[in-house]
Amino acid sequence: MAEKKKLSVSAITNGTVIDHIPANKLFTVISILGLDKLSENRMTFGTNFRSDRFGRKAIIKVSKKFFEQSDFDKIALVAPKAKLNIIKEYEVVEKWEVKVPEEIIAIAKCMNPKCVTNHEAIATKFKVLNDDGKISLKCNYCQKITTQEYMEIIK
Amino acid sequence: MKNRSLVSIDDYTKEEYLEILRVAAEFEKNPVQNILEGRVVATLFFEPSTRTRLSFESAVNYLGGRIIGFTDASSSSVKKGESLKDTILTVCNYSDLIVMRHPLEGSAKYASEVASVPIINAGDGANQHPTQCLLDLFSIQKTQGTLENLTISMVGDLKYGRTVHSLLMAMSHFNPTFKFISPVELKMPDEYKMFLDSKGIKYEEYLDLAENIKDSDIIYMTRVQRERFADPLEYEKVKNVYVLKNDMLEGTKDNLRILHPLPRVNEIDTDVDGNEKAYYFQQAQNGVYARMAIMTKMLGLK
Ligand SMILES: [Zn+2]
Repeated sequence: MAEKKKLSVSAITNGTVIDHIPANKLFTVISILGLDKLSENRMTFGTNFRSDRFGRKAIIKVSKKFFEQSDFDKIALVAPKAKLNIIKEYEVVEKWEVKVPEEIIAIAKCMNPKCVTNHEAIATKFKVLNDDGKISLKCNYCQKITTQEYMEIIK
Repeated sequence: MKNRSLVSIDDYTKEEYLEILRVAAEFEKNPVQNILEGRVVATLFFEPSTRTRLSFESAVNYLGGRIIGFTDASSSSVKKGESLKDTILTVCNYSDLIVMRHPLEGSAKYASEVASVPIINAGDGANQHPTQCLLDLFSIQKTQGTLENLTISMVGDLKYGRTVHSLLMAMSHFNPTFKFISPVELKMPDEYKMFLDSKGIKYEEYLDLAENIKDSDIIYMTRVQRERFADPLEYEKVKNVYVLKNDMLEGTKDNLRILHPLPRVNEIDTDVDGNEKAYYFQQAQNGVYARMAIMTKMLGLK
């Protein structure tokens, strides 16, 4: 079984594997991490793998790319159950589970067009509301809620 | 409360509301004094609101303070493209306290983060207007002798009306019973009802006005605006349904008082004005005392 999984998305020498992404969020994760803009790093991904945790999952492997805390926070907003494996010389050297942050700063846009953050040069700040994996954001300034479907990540 | 900004009604605790009301009552007894002598209050009105501005300026003037500021953004550097942050940082150099009104939601919160003097939010778009709420509390306490265990009917636009939302949050400390009377399109939003459920506070929702004010202590009227309706026909159907008329007040409680944040358009018939239960003009006067209390508390003078 394990062998078969490996063949589905080819292995990488050095880099990061992002696993347990809900299948319908694959391209969102690629976009918010700016992986579609990478010019040097080799990236492979696969989707619609069966998952015990949620219907269908996706997986991304990026060579020579290691993520930062702000990236983890971004991933957590759309894929709160994602796992990251750090690969060095074909070996998994570190495993990370993303954690939905309590607060995010300068990561997302407020969906309220009348919010001051959309008119002045202000770092947005939200309290993250996690209703069983359904993430929404409460703006520190206008107090309005930005739901997942309207969530826009600042790149 | 000293040096702390007032951006939203939940910046204050129950004890702090009561303290503001106590000081407001003191000022009502003795409204002319020089407690603000030598102090400068800036009133920055990025959008015009004559009523609110005059109330603040009246309060400052009676207490011997000085006022600087502008009455709308077109006559200020804002028009030349100055950022809100720059305007606030500049005015902090010239004043002890800033009262601001701004069309963008969250603007007062942001200003309070960058300012070195306390900010009073005199309205940020559809978001918050906490001094209105404190003057409403003061009016309720004055007319009822207490804030505890009252029956409050809120009428009209309960969906978008920020004054009713703030009043609901503030009164939730005092074991009220609410009656929400509105057209279906403008019902109290679920988030507020869930909040009341979580605190075990009783409320009922009604469509009919006249039938549901008989046991009320307070009627809080708001305006039903045409632009809130997606379908103009729906507005035509309800526009005259939520108008309070003098004959509806027959059989209501003696202690009942009618509040309205003003300006009124037609939602309270002028035949109510002569009724002793009409309280909306005194309510506006209470705003001056409430604002005196808020400003002097903030400056550490009370
Ligand atoms: Zn906002």
